[in-house]
Amino acid sequence: MTTVSAKKGPSAGSSALGPDPSPGASSRKLNVVHVVGGLVGMAVTAYVMYTVFLSFSLRPEWWLDSKILIGLVAIGVGVGGAGVLFWFLNLFVEGLPERTSRALMPYAYLLPGFGLITLMLLYPTLQTIMFSFADEDSEAWVGFENYSTIFQSEEFRGTLFNNVLWLLIVPATVVAIGIVVAVMADKLSRRGESISKSIIFLPMAISFVGASAIWTLVYDYSSGANQTGLLNAVWTSIGGEAQTWLQNDTLKLNSLLLMVILIWLQVGFGMILLSSAIKGVPEDTLEAARIDGATEWQIFWRVVLPQIKGTTITVFITVLIMVLKVFDIVYVLTNGRFNTNVIANLYFFELFANSNSGTAAAIVVVLLLAITPVLVYQVRHFRAEEANS
Amino acid sequence: MTQLAAAEVAEADHLKSGDAPKLSAGRMSDGRSRSYVSMVVMFLLCILWTVPTLGLLVTSFRDRTDASEAGWWTALLNPFGAGWTTQNYRGVFEGTDIGSGFINSLVVAIPATVIPIMFAAFAAYAFTFMDFRGKDVLFVAIVAVMVVPIQVAFQPMLNLLGPRGLDLIGQYFAVWLLHTGFGMPLAIYTLRNYMATLPKTVIESAKIDGASHYQTFWRLIVPMSVPALAAFAILQFLWVWNDLLVAKLFLGSSENATVIVELQGLIGTAGLGRELLTAGAFISMVLPMVVFFGLQRFFVRGLTSGAVKG
Repeated sequence: MTTVSAKKGPSAGSSALGPDPSPGASSRKLNVVHVVGGLVGMAVTAYVMYTVFLSFSLRPEWWLDSKILIGLVAIGVGVGGAGVLFWFLNLFVEGLPERTSRALMPYAYLLPGFGLITLMLLYPTLQTIMFSFADEDSEAWVGFENYSTIFQSEEFRGTLFNNVLWLLIVPATVVAIGIVVAVMADKLSRRGESISKSIIFLPMAISFVGASAIWTLVYDYSSGANQTGLLNAVWTSIGGEAQTWLQNDTLKLNSLLLMVILIWLQVGFGMILLSSAIKGVPEDTLEAARIDGATEWQIFWRVVLPQIKGTTITVFITVLIMVLKVFDIVYVLTNGRFNTNVIANLYFFELFANSNSGTAAAIVVVLLLAITPVLVYQVRHFRAEEANS
Repeated sequence: MTQLAAAEVAEADHLKSGDAPKLSAGRMSDGRSRSYVSMVVMFLLCILWTVPTLGLLVTSFRDRTDASEAGWWTALLNPFGAGWTTQNYRGVFEGTDIGSGFINSLVVAIPATVIPIMFAAFAAYAFTFMDFRGKDVLFVAIVAVMVVPIQVAFQPMLNLLGPRGLDLIGQYFAVWLLHTGFGMPLAIYTLRNYMATLPKTVIESAKIDGASHYQTFWRLIVPMSVPALAAFAILQFLWVWNDLLVAKLFLGSSENATVIVELQGLIGTAGLGRELLTAGAFISMVLPMVVFFGLQRFFVRGLTSGAVKG
């Protein structure tokens, strides 16, 4: 394999799969069997998949009314069907005349992925933007009325303020704790490092709903003499009075307590990325600083931190995007009551409890606008990185 | 290897010079000095990170009266005086739909993990190894779409899949479709970044040997991309298993509801079935935790190498 590359030289690069350079290659003609077979195959596969899926709900007796059998068949047909569809698609494109085939092949490979992205994300985005200018049943245009409604509502402004608090607090805290953990774990023994990292990483596997169940126990309040909630037990043992924590919005305390849950969940992710970045800092730069008499503290701020800036930003942005969309925790624990609402939860409420498609769409569009700067940053960052590599 | 050798040398030195006890107190086996600050801080953080989950686990094995009278830590401090029971777990399987929710979650999560990977791998292959018009624009679109909140999709998708449209709400198929679509941008991005690090020469020689793109993809690129495929698979599996929004809206509380949706329902009625809630929550977490611990190496490697670029 390496000899081939030596002959052709490294400059071939990505154009290696351009027009075939070998003179002996005869161009393929249209292969009717493949083209027709591919088309028919795709149609039959799609039809079989559709029928089987419908039968799960319409004809459960075909599957002996067994949930487990249906599950297994569903997995098989779903995964296998997708594979077979691709096979026929490939057969179809390969059967076309060589030039057409070569030109079409990349698009055939992109088609399923992009088709779904278009259907699930691009088209809905446009439609949601249109809905935001229509009335509550999306039947008549109302101009900017939905936007003026939401911005005049006290609740929406309070919600927006909460979201800003989440954005200011959570990503920065995750990055800060992530860096502390990464640095400190690096100084432990091998075993200590891997155990402590696993422990801090573990919440990443827990769902937001599961985490809410876990933290309900921590924030619990009981009217009896004994507090079974951990926070109240600690609080009363140092002389405080038992609180219904999640209802207490003094200084946004309840919102902060909800943020604690998300931070608890996300620090592991930040730590893993930051830790590998810190391990990637060249030893000689540290050694040079030590020889110059820098303290560990100075080395961290002046030598390590500048070198892990890129990763730090990546973690920050990733958590930021997640925080903008935070929903589950608030929905499950307070459902936005006691001044803890966030945009995604307010949207859910408008859409389902109030059945107002117009204002709901306007709320999502505000969310979309809020995320646009991040989007622009991501695209620029990507372009800069591609230009470097 | 070299570190191991260095440690051996260091140890031999200790023995020779006779001050081994002093050194071993301040140094680790690999010769770095111990940092007591780090040990204390990390110990405290680990406690903080474990205690909430431990509380849930302990509470799930306590009987109802016991759990409502004293905190879970008292049961740990006085294990023989506490009312331990496995009744909560039995109660969850008999009295709630968590059990069938567990199976539903599996049926939802496995195809919703495998299908997007297959589609994304083909797209990533095209982006990495083929030249075509519009390549840059399309890939930038992927980068942009990764950031778009999935909430934008709900109203149009509820119309499309709802009773007035394809009438698929409540069917596994609807959720597979949505998770496949929502996971696609990140999957393509991740896999393409990984494939870009594979040696181009291998593909070239396959081409010269007369392999078609389809063959090259399956025989060369897929086997070589296993680390990235596995990393994304874990991420997507956790995402789908743990998802509440999509499952709630598109499967609802039908007989196909996932374990997370069932659990959320239990939290809503916490006053009555508190002891069931803890057991149910634990059941919903077991599988993701097993997957996560079993495949942690893959996951970390994927996250830190190709998956997320610094």
